[in-house]
Amino acid sequence: MSMEFFLNVVMLLMLLLTAIAIIRSKDLFSAVMLGGIYSFITASIFMILDAVDVAFTEAAVGAGISTVLFLCTLSLVGSDTKQATPLNPGALIACGLCAALLIYATKDMPAFGDPDAPIHQHVAPRYLEQSIEEVGPPNFVTSVLASYRGYDTLGEVGVVFSAAIGVILLLGTGNVRGKSKPSKKQDENTEL
Amino acid sequence: MINRQRSMRRNPILREVTDLLITPILIFALYVQWHGDYGPGGGFQAGVIYAAGIIVYALIYGLEPAQRLMPPSKMKYYVAGGWLLYLGTGFLAMSQGGEFLNYSALHNDPHHGQHYGILAIELGVGITVAAVMVTIFYAFAGRRSQ
Repeated sequence: MSMEFFLNVVMLLMLLLTAIAIIRSKDLFSAVMLGGIYSFITASIFMILDAVDVAFTEAAVGAGISTVLFLCTLSLVGSDTKQATPLNPGALIACGLCAALLIYATKDMPAFGDPDAPIHQHVAPRYLEQSIEEVGPPNFVTSVLASYRGYDTLGEVGVVFSAAIGVILLLGTGNVRGKSKPSKKQDENTEL
Repeated sequence: MINRQRSMRRNPILREVTDLLITPILIFALYVQWHGDYGPGGGFQAGVIYAAGIIVYALIYGLEPAQRLMPPSKMKYYVAGGWLLYLGTGFLAMSQGGEFLNYSALHNDPHHGQHYGILAIELGVGITVAAVMVTIFYAFAGRRSQ
């Protein structure tokens, strides 16, 4: 327990330091790399919390794919930031107020890991106790995502699908094959 | 990124490490895909890992070889196909007398039905996610050379 507490404190401190470093970084390239590190530390925290499936996704998407996409974008737009604007007192007060409200609201939340918390009393007991009988797979995360919550997952895949359609419509398919040939064929991207 | 590629391919350390890693990455993606009901993972993670393998290949060897491997013009069929496989599984369950996406109707034994249904929809998720990630990467990376 104390080891886990120590790990949690160290991880959260590293997370905080990375966030501050991202804000203070002038170079977008290093900000993107720090963003990858941030995701990776988050994935490690999810690991400690035994949320292996979430950690897996965070490491693959947050630290992997989105870092690569950010780097691709930087290679198109350059990695220089605009001149930093001076501190705006109004914005500072607004942010401070919001943070205070959010921290005040946590007083009403159930204690961390409390088994009597409302979220653990609704459908979770049924998933934990009956999923082996009703669905089968030993990993009940899969049972919940694929079977109990099949509609949700269908909608999520629909969201991912529409993301791709949007990107293709806006940026084209990115086909570079045959582009090096001298024939100027500009309408390659409109083949969709 | 694209103009850096020629030098990246000439870097022997990067090239050798990539050659060594790509096959395990793709096989691991398949493992995560088919082992999702026994361990962590599933279609979404598998699709992302598979796409990561393709993206690493594109970063080191260039966009054109990667697009010969997975042509951009074909990706839209995979993007739609995975989702249609998911929907189709749902409608198949309906045609067998169950509710939409109630896989128990897919087989006489409800457990087998659930198992087949989950495998099918996870495959659909995996195909769509992998194709979407590769498509988005192509769209960003391909603009450089225009």
